[in-house]
Amino acid sequence: MAISFNSVGTQLARRAAPWVVPALLVVVWQWAATHGVLTSRILPAPLAVLEAGARLWQSGELWAHLKISFWRAAIGFSVGGGIGLLLGLITGLSKRGELLLDTTVQMIRNVPPLALIPLVILWFGIDEAAKLFLVAFGTLFPVYINTYHGIKSVDKDLVEMAKSYGLRGWPLFRDVILPGALPSILVGVRFALGFAWILLIVAETISASSGIGYLAMNAREFLQTDVVVLAILLYALLGKLSDYGARKLERLWLRWHPAYQ
Amino acid sequence: MTQTTVEPALGVALTIRNLSKRFGDQTVLQALDLDIRAGEFVAIVGRSGCGKSTLLRLIAGLETASTGQVLADGSPMDTGHFDTRMMFQDARLLPWKTVLQNVGLGLTGNWQPKALAALAEVGLTDHAGKWPSQLSGGQRQRVALARALIHEPQLLLLDEPLGALDALTRIEMQQLIERLWQQHRFTVLLVTHDVEEAVALGDRVLLIEKGQVGLDLQVPLHRTRSRGAAGFAALEEQVLSRVLSLPGKEAIPEPAPIALGALRWAL
Ligand SMILES: Nc1ncnc2c1ncn2[C@@H]1O[C@H](COP(=O)(O)OP(=O)(O)O)[C@@H](O)[C@H]1O
Ligand SMILES: [Mg+2]
Repeated sequence: MAISFNSVGTQLARRAAPWVVPALLVVVWQWAATHGVLTSRILPAPLAVLEAGARLWQSGELWAHLKISFWRAAIGFSVGGGIGLLLGLITGLSKRGELLLDTTVQMIRNVPPLALIPLVILWFGIDEAAKLFLVAFGTLFPVYINTYHGIKSVDKDLVEMAKSYGLRGWPLFRDVILPGALPSILVGVRFALGFAWILLIVAETISASSGIGYLAMNAREFLQTDVVVLAILLYALLGKLSDYGARKLERLWLRWHPAYQ
Repeated sequence: MTQTTVEPALGVALTIRNLSKRFGDQTVLQALDLDIRAGEFVAIVGRSGCGKSTLLRLIAGLETASTGQVLADGSPMDTGHFDTRMMFQDARLLPWKTVLQNVGLGLTGNWQPKALAALAEVGLTDHAGKWPSQLSGGQRQRVALARALIHEPQLLLLDEPLGALDALTRIEMQQLIERLWQQHRFTVLLVTHDVEEAVALGDRVLLIEKGQVGLDLQVPLHRTRSRGAAGFAALEEQVLSRVLSLPGKEAIPEPAPIALGALRWAL
């Protein structure tokens, strides 16, 4: 009994240990802010940030901005990731497609998405389309590359075996090639998701009339550091959430993989 | 459990004529002729790289011959009238499909009962829902065997399927293959690097050398064969000394039986 109780205790301690330092930092931060070591101009107290959050939540403003940022990321990622997946499937599966498209895509890939910002503003103004374009552009390539390589690296012996068991066309793709490429594709998806948020932050900070980035930039003009910090934390949270979702997906789709058992 | 669950299918007779295979300027098989009776169990041995796998892959239609042809019951293999199944040293199971789904690969309709029956034949019913990565090497090969059997093949091509297994599992698998062959009576071509295995299982032992059949030896022993029998050791020795004598063609030293036992694995 004592032993099992003890082991529960050590397990709790082990779980809590990683959170000790962050908790301590927050406490120190709160203390420094309330004792005037940090002026609220530089960094508001953690409680002030929470209060700002509660205030904006109650007014409904926070939810509206969150929603619009989420949809931008989701739509941009779906379009970019979708095109990347499609192109990757084409070049991965067909020799002709590879010959025709791969070099082009690899060339465009070398353009950093952020370098496109001036051009994007010229094209779309500060319209919704500008942000979606940036996110889509940035998420296309990680998905493309990993889909292409995933398909290329599917075990040839398995494909040969499946063919000798009569699998051709769609069944061969569904049962052998796609599952074989899936681990790599999902790596691409995770990369792309992380990238989508970074691009969205930049796009919303530069030019927007809604969204988390707008919230932050607007607050900066009125010296509301608490809202600025809140916006930063929200971005971190959203990024974390999408990564968590992608990992859940990996766990579900790759449950056959020894790494997930 | 030894009940026949898959309809017995008669084996196919093979006629191989003038079969050659070149990879670039390397000639692997050179005008090879070979006749195999329906339902025969043929064991194939030979040094590494002599073309055993190539021969099997040609018969399976996984490679195309440079010259010559393979006839099954008198007609070309590629007409698709014959069900041929091949097993490899690595089981080649799809890691993302369960054991049962792997056995039912390529089947449509209500395939689950059939797949379960095939799994029962190799004694793996309890593992139907597992992933291949959760099985041992021997179990994986048995799944591959069930996957082949479910198609009621008339010709089973086994390319060193037991090569990676430990000694005990090998003997179990040998007995399983022999039993299934006796039940289903398909034709078997078994490539092995283990001469003892070849003598234990084959009606005939073939040695491939220089792209041709260098030795074609009947094994007149009763089944199930005891490895301790006098005739067994003599046959094994005959094949081994032939394989070992090949590089230098002249003197054939008479190797001691004990040394032979150790050398079995060196092929
Ligand atoms: N696809 C291939 N391309 C080129 N050479 C090959 C190919 N497959 C086999 N070979 C060569 O043919 C020879 C026989 O190979 P193989 O039939 O696998 O021998 P083994 O008797 O060991 O099974 C080897 O020298 C090998 O290098
Ligand atoms: Mg081989």
